[in-house]
Amino acid sequence: MNTALLIIFGTIVGSAMVGIFAGRRVKMNLENWTVGGRQFGILIIWLLMAGEIYTTFTFLGASGWAYSKGAPAFYILVYGALAYTLSFFILPAVWRAGKKHHLHTQPDFFIKRYDSRTLGVLVALIGVFSIIPYLQLQLAGLGLIVEVASGGAIGSGWAIGISFVLTCAFVYTSGLKGAAWVAVIKDVLMILAVAIVGLGVPIIYFGSYDAFFRRLMEKMPHHLVFPGSTPDMDVLWVMSTILLTGLGFYMWPHVFSSAYSARSDQIIKRNAIIMPLYQIPILLVFMVGFTALLVIPGLENSDMAFLELVKQTYPPWFLGFVGAAGAVTAMVPAAILVLYAATLLVKNVYQTAFRPQAKEVTVMRLSRIMVLVIMAVALALAIFFPNELVNLLILGYDGVCQFFPGVVLGLFWKRATRTGVLSGLLVGSVTVAVLILGGFDPVFGLNAGFVGLVINAAVTVGVCLVTRPTPREQMLAD
Amino acid sequence: MKKRTTWLALLLGAIPFITLVLALPLVNRVEPLILGLPFLLFWILAWVILTPVILWLAYLAERRCRRSDDGEAP
Repeated sequence: MNTALLIIFGTIVGSAMVGIFAGRRVKMNLENWTVGGRQFGILIIWLLMAGEIYTTFTFLGASGWAYSKGAPAFYILVYGALAYTLSFFILPAVWRAGKKHHLHTQPDFFIKRYDSRTLGVLVALIGVFSIIPYLQLQLAGLGLIVEVASGGAIGSGWAIGISFVLTCAFVYTSGLKGAAWVAVIKDVLMILAVAIVGLGVPIIYFGSYDAFFRRLMEKMPHHLVFPGSTPDMDVLWVMSTILLTGLGFYMWPHVFSSAYSARSDQIIKRNAIIMPLYQIPILLVFMVGFTALLVIPGLENSDMAFLELVKQTYPPWFLGFVGAAGAVTAMVPAAILVLYAATLLVKNVYQTAFRPQAKEVTVMRLSRIMVLVIMAVALALAIFFPNELVNLLILGYDGVCQFFPGVVLGLFWKRATRTGVLSGLLVGSVTVAVLILGGFDPVFGLNAGFVGLVINAAVTVGVCLVTRPTPREQMLAD
Repeated sequence: MKKRTTWLALLLGAIPFITLVLALPLVNRVEPLILGLPFLLFWILAWVILTPVILWLAYLAERRCRRSDDGEAP
């Protein structure tokens, strides 16, 4: 058995054990399972949210974009900073509403604030459809990383299968708390791997960072400014994409709900201040992508840039370490995604639409079973359609962004009505779907999701102004 | 109801949106290299690193405002 394999396997199993044991002392009810009993302090919230943000896309995708597209990749570095700035003002209010009304999920918020089960079910369904391709992408990324890092010793299908069982085990037993503790391990490994490679490779191949950038600029001067090496990702596209992803970030059902797990609104606020620091390692990921472009140009699959460069530069055991970090990096977001997708389906579709009288114990039990079902669906998709869902993921981001007007107006504008939010959400989502599926993205240089969001916001505000909130909605607006 | 935020905090919060979105067409160039980084990348990185400082100032502004609110309340 080779060393790389041992490192990967040991890390995956060890992490899952930590996740399983994290929930052992807690009596599991829906509150503990979905939002960690609203007990998390600032350090664990920071690591948990970082755990959601740093996915395999950051690892492979950001280096791949730096490699193949150049400057447009910078949006990945920027949008987080804007998302956190926004969260400083919005998320404490989200937390307070959650605490006051015992909310567990994002649709819970819509149901409570707008007194509308229809809206809740719609938000839950858009949420689940957005989450599944995201989850599938994590599993596919994990398979790829482990297969390459183990030198082909573990096939992608096996790697996905093993980590699927382990991830389900700790989500099932420990819920969000399990994911938070595995996130601690993941963050340490991930930062180490990115720092060693990102700081190391430019020096190894070029002697200094200055020489490295000079060389890059001589060889491809256009690569480091917008639109980089792309035909259509110019500065306007970058600006609208940053805005869209920055506004939409906390609208992902799993990121939104993780705000509920904090102990107080002050923790959320202070967390927003330190979150942007977590963006800095992305710069190092870019460095890896750029170095790969100079050292190993012409890769067929640019997402392999990070791993190929590591393989060529470092000993096999280190490649194993990077593979282990990458695998855990996929497991944490996968755990959180599957946890909330399951809760959305059971609590906000099954219970809200069909069985309002279902007991909390039942919802909890069904959610746990649903974790296994959703994971199995994503597993099947990851194995049988490894590439075809990337487009759906883009659609997913554009979909969850459409929640933005409903959340923000719901928190800060008493005149927001269910009719307004529902109309905006429908018009916005349909616009995005038509633009993207019809191949009109980007629209006049703008990101199609952004266009949908602007139309959505306009419709929402317009319809809210001509409708009156019901007395119950008015009461809940406070 | 206590005021949750202040105009000063909101203005501070607008800074990252101005520097990291609106200003991008003006800084879309490679030269000059600063600290070895191309200008565009340096600009983006600098403002991302400054964001926690800006938010911390907004936090202080909100706290000061809330404290003076508490002082006036009976």
